[in-house]
Order: sequence, then structure tokens, then C-alpha cells
Amino acid sequence: MTPAEIRDEVLDILSNITPDDDLGGLVDDKPFREQLELDSMDFLDIVMELRKRHRVQIPEEEYGQLASMGSTVAYLTPKMCDIVKK
Amino acid sequence: MIARNAPHNLPDDQRIVITGIGLTAPNGNSLAEYRAALLAGRSGVTAYEIRYFGKTLAGVCTYDALRYQSKKDLRRGTRAGSIGVYAANEAIRDSGIDWQNFDHSTVGVYVGVTEHGNVETENEIFQIKGYDYDTAYWSHHHNPRTVANNPAGEVALNMGITGPHYTLGAACAAGNAGLIQGAQMLRLGDCDLALAGGVSESIHTFGIFASFNSQGALARHDDPTKASRPFDTQRNGIVVAEGGCFFVLERLSDARRRGARIYGELAGYAMNTDATDFVLPNPQRQAECVRLALNRAGLVAEQIDIVSTHATGTDTGDTQECTALREVFGHSQRTFFNNTKSFIGHSMGAAGALELAGNLVAFDDGVCHATLNVDQLDPTCELPGLVLNEPREIGRPSYVLNNSFGMLGINSVVIIQRF
Repeated sequence: MTPAEIRDEVLDILSNITPDDDLGGLVDDKPFREQLELDSMDFLDIVMELRKRHRVQIPEEEYGQLASMGSTVAYLTPKMCDIVKK
Repeated sequence: MIARNAPHNLPDDQRIVITGIGLTAPNGNSLAEYRAALLAGRSGVTAYEIRYFGKTLAGVCTYDALRYQSKKDLRRGTRAGSIGVYAANEAIRDSGIDWQNFDHSTVGVYVGVTEHGNVETENEIFQIKGYDYDTAYWSHHHNPRTVANNPAGEVALNMGITGPHYTLGAACAAGNAGLIQGAQMLRLGDCDLALAGGVSESIHTFGIFASFNSQGALARHDDPTKASRPFDTQRNGIVVAEGGCFFVLERLSDARRRGARIYGELAGYAMNTDATDFVLPNPQRQAECVRLALNRAGLVAEQIDIVSTHATGTDTGDTQECTALREVFGHSQRTFFNNTKSFIGHSMGAAGALELAGNLVAFDDGVCHATLNVDQLDPTCELPGLVLNEPREIGRPSYVLNNSFGMLGINSVVIIQRF
């Protein structure tokens, strides 16, 4: 997957986790928490969905990498670059 | 404190009144809709399909879940929680109380449930099956969804209620148990307003259908609306239903102070235990429970106008309840009997509360709604005042007695009097 495809995938996951939020104006270099109604259970949902959809394992000590869209895509790119988008 | 005298002998701060009702039933999403359906003979039972078990029948609710919750709330919570949130908000709205300015720390939430957690656990097991049962894929939402207080806790979270909240696990006696608990807590001064009743999400667990089916107690019929048929010779089991009903309970002194509309007053109640079998009811204990409630209310059987029966459409259960009722009400010329499950199926934890609510309107309209689908009355279920197939004008009743019984021999009876 390319960084752009990974971004789309994270966006799709977020749309399920926070269905009441408008994700159209999401700014990539601003923390999710400043833009969306997300709490710790929601971040665990992001981790779980990546695990379920792509078998991507994210160690607990690296959860902080998921703070914003920019940092999430940068963190996931080496882990998901070999995955073929379906 | 258990009121052992007729309510009018008690001080106003020990008299408990119903000042609001909120509900969703398979045939109505408000008391008015529900009552209209009961009087029109409208069933809420439809064809239904669930994972593993396949095609069956159920009472399915169609309330607007987004009226009081966001999509995210619904995703995170449970169906029982959502039904509770809807019914509790509707009840508060119906009560006319100034909710914004009411002290939410003095509100108690008491919710009867038959079971809780089966739906959520089945869902998780279904999910991890796709990952070779690797528990790394088990959701972190499982525990908050399955803790036994979940349906009451979701109500408290949604409404900002900071008083006590918990559920009462009382099998199919739970709806009455919730109401009784609320009244007791008001009398103890533990809360100033009780949101009390019961909820059921049971149609979303395949296990309940499969278990009743294995027991030979799951209803079948080509026409879903005719499947729930207590007292009929062709009855063949239970129709599982979802639903919820909350009563706003207040002390009479508080209700009077704010000029509340009063649906009825708690005249008496009782709960007891068969202690004889896991499943089979015991008519002797049921009769004892009814008598205990009558005694506490200072009433005799001949004063009860409507008995809302528990009968679920099983062969033995219906007969046993009617045996108990004949023993207590055999000489009463005044008492009419009906059955609400014949319209909506068995809404489990909500059943006692929904069935009572459906009958309370009789205090105003003077009609006893019917028992549907009795084409041929089983002689073992004969009672002199059974109201069959068509509602009956009986004049404004003074007392409604509501039976609600459950597995492991749990029995509950609530008596409400016109105010």
C-alpha cells in the first residue's frame, strides 16, 4: 500500500469508529484528539481494526505513534508497504 | 420498609406513585402507540432470522435509536443499553419533571434483566472464529458491554445520573423486580426519583432460541402473528421478544408538590421462590406470592379488577399459572384476566414492566385488553373472567395485579391502584 492508500484505510477505520464526526476537513499534522471525539477506547479500536484487517501488530509502547494522521501514516508505511490493496 | 397496610394508611412520603412511563415494545414505541395496538389486536411478532439458529419468529422493536444517542454511542454500547436509554428518556419526558434542574445525584436507576452479556459474548466468539480463535482479536469493548450493570449504567451515562444504578437479575420476573426495587429505595430515602423497570435484548442471542428449542418450548406457526397463543390448545411455546419499559417512580409527597400527573399508586407487591425446579413453575408458590401481595396491600382477591397474567404459551407453564389463579381468584366475580405476551411475545426482562404499563391505561379508558389467538381455550386454563380475542369494556378499574414469573422459581407480583 502507498502512503495515500494507507491514509484512505485509516480514514475508513476512523469513519466506523467515530461515525458522527465529519472527517472531510481532517488536518494531517494536528492530533486526532484536537479534531475528533476520540478517547482511549477509540485508539484501541484503531489498533484492533489494523490487526483484524491487515494483521498489523502495534506494540503498546508504540501507540503514541497514532496521535495524528501524519504520524500514523508515517509509522504504518514500512509495516504495510508490502500489503496489496484489495 | 414493606408497606403492610393499604397505601392510604401510610404517610405520603411512604406512598409510591408512577408519574411517567417510557417504553418500546414490538408493537409500539410509546405508551399511546402500544395501548392502541393492544386495543386493536395488533401483534408485534414477525419473521426473524439469527446466526446459527436460522429462521424463526420474534418480537422486534422499531424505536428511533438515534433520538437520544449518537451513532458512536450505539456502536460502543449494547442493544439492552440502547433500549434502556430510549425508554428512560421517554419516561422522564413523559413525567413532565424539570429534568435540567433536577438534582441528578438523587436519581436511582433500577433495571430488571433476564440475562445480559450473551449477545455480546456470542458476537465476540463469532468474530474470533475468523482468526482461528486467537484471543488477540477479542474486543476491549467486551467487558464494559457485558458487566451485569451495563443496561442501567448506559442509562446513567446518557442522562448524567450520578445516583445509584444497577440491574436486577431476576429471569422473567425482572420487570416487576425493577419496579419493586425502585419503590423500596424511595421508601428508604436512597433516592428521590427512581427510573425503574426492565429491558430485553434477548432476540440478538441465538442461544436463547436454541435453548428454548431444545427444551421443546419455542413457538412455531406459519403466521407469525398467531405464534404467541397462551391458553390456546394449539400453543407450542414462547416467542422471544425484545423491548424495554421504565416507570418514573416518586414518593407521593414529592409528586404532589410538583403537581405531577399520577398513573397509579403502588398498592402492594411480593416476591418469593418455588425452590422446587430449575424450569417448571410451582402453582402453590405462585398462589402464595399473589396472596402475599394482596395481604400487604390490605386487599382480598375480589377487589382486583384486572390480572395481567404471565403465561408464555408453554404447555405446562400456562396451566400451572391458571391453577394458581383459580386457587386465589376462584370466587371473584369482579376479576378479569388478560395476557399481553399474546401480542408481543415474551420480552423477558422487560415483560413484567411492559405488561403492567399496557394495563395501566385501563384506569383511564376502562377497557381490559384481550388475550389474542385463543381459538380453542385449553380447559386447564379456564378462568371465569378471561378476556379472549376482543377487548372488553369493564368500567374504570380500581386495581391491576401484574404477575411475572421466571426460571429457577422466581415469582413476583405487583398491584397498582387507581389514584
